[in-house]
Amino acid sequence: MRRAPKDTAESIRKISRRGVILGGVQLAFAGALGLRMQHLQVDQADEFRLLAEENRINIRLIPPTRGQIFDRNGAILAANEPSYRITIVREDAGNVDDVILRLSSLVELDEDELNRALAEMERSAPFLPVTVAERVTWEDISRVAVNAPALPGVTPEVGLSRFYPRRGDFAHVVGYVGPVSERDLARYETPDPVLRIPRFQIGKVGIEARHEEDLRGRAGAKRVEVNAVGRVMRELDRREGTPGADLQLTVDSKLQSYIQARLGEESASVVVMDVQNGDLLGIASSPSYDPNKFVRGISVADFGELRDNDHRPLASKTVQDAYPPGSTFKMVTALAAMDAGLVAPDETVWCPGHMEVGGRRFHCWKRAGHGHMNLELSLRESCDVYYYDLALKVGIDRIAATAKRLGLGQVFPIGMSAVTQGLIPNKEWKRAERDADWRIGDTVNASIGQGYVLSSPLQLAVMTARLATGTAVEPRLVRSVDGVEKALRGGESLGFNENHLRQIRRAMYAVSNNRRGTAYGSRIIDDAVRMAGKTGTSQVRNITAAERARGVTRNEDLPWNRRDHALFVNYAPFDNPRIAVSVVVEHGGGGSRAAAPIGRDVTLQALFGDDPPLEAYPAKDRDRIREQQERLQQVLRANDTDGRGRA
Amino acid sequence: MSYLEYTVKTVPAGWRKMLFINWPLVVLLTAITGVGILMLYSVAGGSMTPWAEPQLKRFALGLALMFIVAMVPIWFWRNMSVMAYLVALALLIAVEFFGSVGMGAQRWIDLGFMRLQPSELMKIAMVMVLAGYYDWLPMKRVSHPFWVLVPVFIILLPTFLVLTQPDLGTAILLVAGGGLMMFLAGVHWAYFATLLAAGIGGIYTVFLSRGTDWQLLKDYQFRRIDTFLDPSSDPLGAGYHITQAKIAMGSGGWTGRGFMQGTQSRLNFLPEKHTDFIFNTLAEEFGFIGGMSLLILYVLILIFCIVSALQNRDRYSSLLILGIGVTFFLFFAVNMSMVMGLAPVVGVPLPLVSYGGSAMLVLMIAFGLVQSAHIHRPR
Repeated sequence: MRRAPKDTAESIRKISRRGVILGGVQLAFAGALGLRMQHLQVDQADEFRLLAEENRINIRLIPPTRGQIFDRNGAILAANEPSYRITIVREDAGNVDDVILRLSSLVELDEDELNRALAEMERSAPFLPVTVAERVTWEDISRVAVNAPALPGVTPEVGLSRFYPRRGDFAHVVGYVGPVSERDLARYETPDPVLRIPRFQIGKVGIEARHEEDLRGRAGAKRVEVNAVGRVMRELDRREGTPGADLQLTVDSKLQSYIQARLGEESASVVVMDVQNGDLLGIASSPSYDPNKFVRGISVADFGELRDNDHRPLASKTVQDAYPPGSTFKMVTALAAMDAGLVAPDETVWCPGHMEVGGRRFHCWKRAGHGHMNLELSLRESCDVYYYDLALKVGIDRIAATAKRLGLGQVFPIGMSAVTQGLIPNKEWKRAERDADWRIGDTVNASIGQGYVLSSPLQLAVMTARLATGTAVEPRLVRSVDGVEKALRGGESLGFNENHLRQIRRAMYAVSNNRRGTAYGSRIIDDAVRMAGKTGTSQVRNITAAERARGVTRNEDLPWNRRDHALFVNYAPFDNPRIAVSVVVEHGGGGSRAAAPIGRDVTLQALFGDDPPLEAYPAKDRDRIREQQERLQQVLRANDTDGRGRA
Repeated sequence: MSYLEYTVKTVPAGWRKMLFINWPLVVLLTAITGVGILMLYSVAGGSMTPWAEPQLKRFALGLALMFIVAMVPIWFWRNMSVMAYLVALALLIAVEFFGSVGMGAQRWIDLGFMRLQPSELMKIAMVMVLAGYYDWLPMKRVSHPFWVLVPVFIILLPTFLVLTQPDLGTAILLVAGGGLMMFLAGVHWAYFATLLAAGIGGIYTVFLSRGTDWQLLKDYQFRRIDTFLDPSSDPLGAGYHITQAKIAMGSGGWTGRGFMQGTQSRLNFLPEKHTDFIFNTLAEEFGFIGGMSLLILYVLILIFCIVSALQNRDRYSSLLILGIGVTFFLFFAVNMSMVMGLAPVVGVPLPLVSYGGSAMLVLMIAFGLVQSAHIHRPR
């Protein structure tokens, strides 16, 4: 097609004009791009530089080493043990199934754990290690290491995990650690970030929980460079954390183990306290459990067994359970009466076996009655009527005040879980809590430690120590934190009349040294370590008038959980008190039969620091005691080898 | 003097043509590609593989193609315009066909040694066919409605095929490139003004409809627009990439963080760091100075194209050179707007710098056409 030259020239002019216009627009746009570049890179550079650094740098916490727990002699109660686990990195393993198949021929793999690990591998980034077996033995680790070439991506890793070498002996005292739960996090307003580290463990009960802040330590941190998917490219710098503080307890682990063995499978508790400074030398609750199971994650079956056991192994009976103190409370009533000046030690009361108060008949444990009773006789033989009479004279308020001075109804924060206050009732309490008026019968019941009165074995031991010394001694369980001794508290006098205390002590001496004393059967005949004590038998059921008419059913004929609690408190040596002991055997029957022998054995063990010479026991008991000592030695040795030796 | 005689006498022939090649343009192209290879080396963590080396080889091939195309007289290429368009269209349909057969959305045909994207080919073929069309069309008919509809159809047919792939970025480039070709050819202002007004009115109406009964876009589509307008509203979702891209640019500062020291790209915070977002790597590692230098190189290419077009008295050549310049401009302008957060992310590579074979070869062929038009211009 031919075109007129004019047409061509005109169109060239037009194209040129528009080309120039468009060129101008293009240059303007390029200029705008340049300005935008300047805005981003020059004006906002600092801001973006900061954001880039935030992207790049990640702060990772280094978990601190948990503080260890020792007994008073330096024996270890809670240790950090290396624990080995096997991890697989997916991207290094190649064919994961193959590798796991080969691994399972070397190491026993748990089906559930393996499935969980495979699921985790699917979800997480391919470069992150996933644990396939935890707490494997050193032998397994060696086998894996030797076969490393056949196991690409498999790495044995070592970490620290909590181990309790004394197993059940300190389960209730030291407690155990476990993984951090949502509830643990909810307890803190601003949780320590270290709690978010996977696999981090914190104290769940006992000293481990109550001294968590001391034991945990401070996390270290490392700054690492990460890429967009979180893979660590390199470590930039690191600051080591502070390990947790070591704790030393006042408990003597040898005595504690002895007590646990002595209590055996009884549902019982024992507290041994140094009367001078309040150090708790032994504080045992039985039956016990192995805290190591909880660290590893206890199985549902094992936990169910502990939970459903009617002897309540999980309960820390020494501090969290409160029992009616029964006759062990009589010292309180007697002291209150003497302090009020309402009774003289040699004044007598006639015990016909019962007493009418407010139209109700209150019985003495001895149906036939004790006859004429003064203070010493009534305590020695545990006459109830004598105390009913005292109670009517002094009233509940004075009794309650004296009980509190002796440490009953008080919380002692010794560092264990769920320490109970017990209960020392008075008129205000009943009105506030029970919405009822205080009746005279309540006072009568309280005078012999029944009715509303409740106290824990720890409180009974404190009471005994205070009676023995007349000072406001307070129990101490944690001796030092990180080598810094915890201050002793309460050495001052309680302000009781020393003569009155002496009367009480003499009566308590008679309990276990006079032929008519309720604990005479459990006396110590070594003059250097004679003890003073008081038995108690507290009812857990009401005895109806009909039953009383029929004759009270004997404990042996009742189902276990309906039997009386057996109690015994004592201190020794009588003339120079060093230790106070309280024993409670749940549903043990009579205090003199079930609790006092344990009190004696524990007292002697504590004072001699080992099996006492048989000469301390009355001659007729010695054969039986020797057999018992040999049997317990065997039990202790067996436990020892189970516990992998004493570190 | 006949046209042929004139041509034979004035147009250089044989190896002498080499002297008349627009050498500054060749230098500029090489410099830009050099920057690209340097950046590909950097984002691979200081390695020629997997990107820098293939890119280098393709550039060598592209350079050879450019010289071959440049040696062939421009009137031959003018006669091939319609053919080129039809071949590109056929390939687009073929891709459509293969894509539907078995491999899902597919933009390329595997040639063994490289993957050819017919949509890239179409960008040049469209410039050629439109230049040819307006070279053929008498001047007085250019703004006639019928003769305006024909190129609109030429533009929209491949655009529709590309959109169904789907490849929004290329579709935008095709429409914009074709439209600007019509503008250059002298189509009346009123058409563009009307289109512009309709476009603005349409967008305004769409936004006005938001939250009313007659809402024109779905809620999620509005949210996408929100994310583009304010990436920080969704920093870990759709706004993540653009936020990271801006952080990479911004953290470069004046002089950059140094060669291979860009943490955003090295640690993979930057998406598509070897293709669409390669400019951010450059800006992070060489700063404002580096980014500006590349922009100036691009602008110089534009200027050389415009000057060359103005020197050329042949209508086809002039339109072709300007069209290729505009296509090139659209490439880098859309890409840079996108990576600087000025436009939504639509997937347009940075010409000669982003890793990719088809785009590189097609651009080199296009500049071969520019050279051919330059060498064989009427004197």
